[in-house]
Amino acid sequence: MQTPTDLAPVHLAAGLRLPTNGLDYTILGIYFAVVLGIGFAARRSVKTSLDFFLSGRSLPAWITGLAFISANLAATEILGMAANSAQYGAYTVHWYWVGAIPAMVFLGLVMMPFYYGSKVRSVPEFLLLRFDRSAHLLSSILFAFAAVLIAGVNLYALAIVVQALLGWPQWVAIVVAGFFVLAYITLGGLSSAIYNEVLQFFVILAALIPITVLGLKKVGGWGGLTDKLTAAHGHDFTTAWGGTGIGHTNPLGANWLTIVLGLGFVLSFGYWTTNFAEVQRALSAKNLSAAQRTPLIAAYPKIFIVFLVMIPGLVAAALVPTIGHPGSGLQYNDAIPYLMQELLPNGVLGIAVTGLLAAFMAGMAANVSSFNTVFTNDVWAKYVVRNREDAYYVRFGRLITAIGVLASIGTAFLASSFSNIMSYLQTLFSFFNVPMFVAFIVGMFWKRASAKSGFWGLLAGTTAAMVNYFVIYKHGIIHIPTDQGANFVSAIAGFVAGAVVMVAVSLFTTPKPEEDLQGLVYGTRSPGTAEPAAVGDDAWYRKPALLGWGAVVLAAACYIPFSL
Amino acid sequence: MSEYSERDIQRKVSELEHESTTATRIFDLRRIIGGLFVIYGIIVMIAGFTASDAALRKAQGVNINLWTGLGMLLLGLFFLVWLKLRPTAPPTVPLPDAVPDEKPE
Repeated sequence: MQTPTDLAPVHLAAGLRLPTNGLDYTILGIYFAVVLGIGFAARRSVKTSLDFFLSGRSLPAWITGLAFISANLAATEILGMAANSAQYGAYTVHWYWVGAIPAMVFLGLVMMPFYYGSKVRSVPEFLLLRFDRSAHLLSSILFAFAAVLIAGVNLYALAIVVQALLGWPQWVAIVVAGFFVLAYITLGGLSSAIYNEVLQFFVILAALIPITVLGLKKVGGWGGLTDKLTAAHGHDFTTAWGGTGIGHTNPLGANWLTIVLGLGFVLSFGYWTTNFAEVQRALSAKNLSAAQRTPLIAAYPKIFIVFLVMIPGLVAAALVPTIGHPGSGLQYNDAIPYLMQELLPNGVLGIAVTGLLAAFMAGMAANVSSFNTVFTNDVWAKYVVRNREDAYYVRFGRLITAIGVLASIGTAFLASSFSNIMSYLQTLFSFFNVPMFVAFIVGMFWKRASAKSGFWGLLAGTTAAMVNYFVIYKHGIIHIPTDQGANFVSAIAGFVAGAVVMVAVSLFTTPKPEEDLQGLVYGTRSPGTAEPAAVGDDAWYRKPALLGWGAVVLAAACYIPFSL
Repeated sequence: MSEYSERDIQRKVSELEHESTTATRIFDLRRIIGGLFVIYGIIVMIAGFTASDAALRKAQGVNINLWTGLGMLLLGLFFLVWLKLRPTAPPTVPLPDAVPDEKPE
């Protein structure tokens, strides 16, 4: 197999120019107008900083739930997961059924009462209450840094895709997309980011479903697809667990243990439960029940979206068996753009282009809107300019949104040295999210974890993940076949190091007084924050436990046809 | 420089929640989704009705514009009907018992 570092940057093949016409551009133009209109219309709902940063904690669960899934369904995810499927085959389902659903359900059922009930406005703010200011400042700065970086990845990816598909110069795409994101978030704050994410969810479905259906038809249905892939890549390519025994080799470079522990437990729990770009959507819900249901409502589409990204990736691998290798003219990331070019007539093509651009912008906007919240509430208002009137922080939030967008344009160029966008993101997540998750899980379930242990756990976990990736893996001290496999191992290393250091530090420092932990640690309740159940929330289909366990059972059932 | 306590943050957020205007002033998203998808549905269906043979061949013989347009139109109508049947809840005035719900200090 190729060494990932030597691959060319994520350029799409030059021959992918789409035959767009006026009809397609009309569809795209209408979308941009609506996006901006939402920003202007949401502006009048912003009065306090809570409105700007958390939509006043007032949105219904179906909106926050769809925004939750949409913030994750960025174009980097769509193109990246199709690329994963073209490269590794049906292993992609692990990112969804093991790598997302359990963590989303855990967030909704177990963690959300602490997050929402403690009334924190961000993930770092929870660390401030549970641990101390050093843990808070470190996590705020790490998060702000990661958010700008990832917003930059989205912007860069958008620019190369738009250049390849539509022929716009990269700087035009960056300026246009950056301007729209900047405009609608500065105007309407989180509400307009969330509303646009919900809109994007439906547009991207309207784009992916035709691609999947026509792609399947072209290769002769699911049977034809598996026959072709089995002939070209072997039987394991279309199964979930084939070849993942320890000591076996498979294209993913990971065995069942690193898949379940690294991806399913550490990476995915780290991402879904502590990544503020996601959690923020749930914190903007109107009550605890709606906040709990946010990730649970999102879990159901998440179970099935894998088919809409995996099947196009597999179809591309079946149609172009040499995809991803020199000579085919196609990178793995080209899978979906290639099918758009081959299969979609004008009209639906416009919808697909719109969906892709919308997904890029939503992915960027999710990060920008969480960045401005953390930077304003957690860094600026707590350490730099404290105790000003609320309107000041709304103004500052608007300013920092502009600065964040400009900074992410700068970081866009950092993304250029990885072949697979998804590995790049996951590398970053393993460095930033996994230690956060350690601090949460230890802090939430172990009363004895001391105030100081949070900071040292975060530091040790991040360092361990980076050392594993940049020293042990990149210098070949331990042989791991692929970037993805190395990500899983880095995540496990970060988790273990963080947990060990937290326990050790806690044993040598004094615990927090019990009365400061009410509502923050499992088994305690925050006094005075209980709220009466809203009318209708006792309906059976709104019961968080039923929704959550239903999603877990459904995801497990989905594995059955892929395990035979 | 006192440490932030849970109570400070909860008091602050509770105050802001009472002043917040999102719940009363934000527009209903269902109208936007419904409107956009009805328009998109009609545009794409028209492209389907006037589809050329080349377009049909490209899409594996499926009139994909017609079907996608129909799907989008139905989704748009679903949101508009939902909005009609369950209109936006009237702005909720702060319940009388919500204000003295502040924690006992």
